[in-house]
Amino acid sequence: MSVPFLYALVGIGLFCLGLHALIVHDHLLRKILAINVMGSGVFLVLVALARRGGDSPPDPVPHAMVITGIVVAISATALALRLMLKLKAATGRAELTDKDGD
Amino acid sequence: MPWARWLLSLLLLVLAAGLGYAVLSLPDQAQQGLQAAVAQQMDRSGVEHPVTAVLLNFRGYDTLLEMVVLLLALLGVWSLGGLPPVRPEPAPGLVLDTLKQVLVPVLVVVSAYLLWAGGHAPGGAFQAGAVLGAAGVLLLLTGWQLPRRAAGYPLRAALVAGVAVFLAVAALPLIGNRQLLEYKLAHAGFLILVIEAFATVSIGVTLAALFFGDDPADKEQG
Repeated sequence: MSVPFLYALVGIGLFCLGLHALIVHDHLLRKILAINVMGSGVFLVLVALARRGGDSPPDPVPHAMVITGIVVAISATALALRLMLKLKAATGRAELTDKDGD
Repeated sequence: MPWARWLLSLLLLVLAAGLGYAVLSLPDQAQQGLQAAVAQQMDRSGVEHPVTAVLLNFRGYDTLLEMVVLLLALLGVWSLGGLPPVRPEPAPGLVLDTLKQVLVPVLVVVSAYLLWAGGHAPGGAFQAGAVLGAAGVLLLLTGWQLPRRAAGYPLRAALVAGVAVFLAVAALPLIGNRQLLEYKLAHAGFLILVIEAFATVSIGVTLAALFFGDDPADKEQG
């Protein structure tokens, strides 16, 4: 197993850890952070698999996709944080609750 | 419900194993990758770094729309309206104040270097914009406020400059019966640098504005 595959497996681990936190935690800030960890895992997989060619230069297309992805992730995170703050201001809680309680 | 936790962990382990198997079963050498196709076209791109060539030339459409996504996020944040002020008035100490005065010019220079380096080395508009945005966040954290006269149209001009210049450069070839986003080879390097310069400013200002949250022009009225 070569080094790029090791990094890709770490990326998959990050993705699954983030998914776990996303499901388990109620607080929206933790959910937003969890989605960011999942995204970082996906980026790591993409960047790592672009390097599979051994000594040849890495595939630039996944790298460009990751840059695009990071920018979109930052934008979405900023919007999500703002929505969370508005929800906190409106309801006093930064959590989503079911109508009939938990 | 501990059994639900265990079931969740089990399912996620199965997912991780499945994804791991999928990755490990990929061929070791990426024969079907695009680096050969990119390398073939590099001398027609106007820049020397393949990632910049992909971002600004081969897949320029993606990058253009990505700038629009940043703007849309800011519009979304602004459209949610202001929040009750929770931040106490910042009172930066002497150390933070001095650090800001030293760091912000350095960050601006680093940003300009990253922008220039994008043509031949890792770097480019998004990295430069991120550094510029960090300088803006540092300024905002130390109590700096956008001057009143800059909060309206000047701020908006800085926000849309990247998309506007990119769109103009992309649409100009249409007049000469060429394709959208097609650069003439002789001008490609220069055009990409112009697009990236304006994009850097817009990205930096947008990131700082996303951090600030409220529309500065709104605040004066309210």
